[in-house]
Amino acid sequence: MRRKSQRICAQVGVVLLAILVLTQTTQAHVEKGEAAGMLSGLRHPVSGLDHVVAMIAVGLWGSQLGAPAVWLLPVTFPMVMALGGMLGLLGVPLPGKEIGIALSAIILGLAVVSEFKPHLAVAAVVVAVFAIFHGHAHGTELPAGQSGLLYSMGFVIATGCLHAVGITIGLIHRWPWGQRLLRLAGGGIALAGVFFMWKALG
Amino acid sequence: MTRSTTIRSRLLLMGAASFALVLCPLPAEAHLNSTGLGPVYDGLAHFLLSPEDLVPALALALLAGLRGAAHGRRALFALSAAWLAGGLIGLAVSTSRGAVLTAVSFLLFGGLLAVDAKISLRATTALAVLLGFFHGYLNGAAMGQPGAGTVALLGLVSAVFVLVALAAAFVVRLRWPWTRIAVRVVGSWIVASGLLMLGWAIRKS
Repeated sequence: MRRKSQRICAQVGVVLLAILVLTQTTQAHVEKGEAAGMLSGLRHPVSGLDHVVAMIAVGLWGSQLGAPAVWLLPVTFPMVMALGGMLGLLGVPLPGKEIGIALSAIILGLAVVSEFKPHLAVAAVVVAVFAIFHGHAHGTELPAGQSGLLYSMGFVIATGCLHAVGITIGLIHRWPWGQRLLRLAGGGIALAGVFFMWKALG
Repeated sequence: MTRSTTIRSRLLLMGAASFALVLCPLPAEAHLNSTGLGPVYDGLAHFLLSPEDLVPALALALLAGLRGAAHGRRALFALSAAWLAGGLIGLAVSTSRGAVLTAVSFLLFGGLLAVDAKISLRATTALAVLLGFFHGYLNGAAMGQPGAGTVALLGLVSAVFVLVALAAAFVVRLRWPWTRIAVRVVGSWIVASGLLMLGWAIRKS
């Protein structure tokens, strides 16, 4: 057993050394607040907890609802969010978006807590309405830069991955203890939403 | 000796050999002026590093793969041929790429992929020709040098051919329903990126 772990360590060491030998030129000088590429796009959606919990909640709710909602909701959210983002980029005003974002965490959290199972179209509309608020907030925050396309792609991929995290966590729904845990997580998300609402109104 | 031990020792041997190769680098033959192959790699790298060309082509390949092997084969040859034809015509002119048109490409091909459009073989051919000719034309116009540009175009079309062949073949083989859904999710991400791209483009103008 010990020999095995030593061998694995040696192999990992060899790989790390090879990576060090093959070091590339650093591309470190990206202006702060500039949409410089895919990495800054990937970072943007995960930089705000209010967005993160709502996106994970979409994945959790989709898991509870099962197919086809499990993939329809996470497809709906990024597409409508991008539409909201486009409106934000164009400067179209959307009043009360912080309240809308906080409300999304509350409603989606409560949907997970109660394992609410509406008609598929209703679930998609609920998710789409909240996605507009999230997208608009992102759109107005998106910094100017040279590589809007790469930034946008990173931004969408990060959003999709957050849904995937929610869906993956939601896989525990097949076990009774998992169902209880998911409902608990939904409660946590709803409480976080109340906190965001308090901040938005305060 | 068990199978896993054999595999592990082979991996270790391969790792050691790769490491030895890294430690013994030969002089780089990077300046391909003498061989004339430089522009080929320029064209190849240009396609692989340009998401505005790569992503719509990938979307078409995935869509054709979802529709089956016949669609994949048709898209492969029609797209590559149209890209080359459009590029050769584009070499004679000079125009700049509009971000709005790129966004429209994303929306159209990503949208068709997201909804898993049940298109006919003729429609696949038409879409491949449309996409190939349009993007090839823009590539050719951006290169603007008939001599080296033609060679670069050949490299670029080679990259298109390989990408479409690999992506379509990969999707054709998918059998589990969730894997096909995952491909459609990629389509929705392409649409979302296209919408944001459209926002950027309109805001700039």
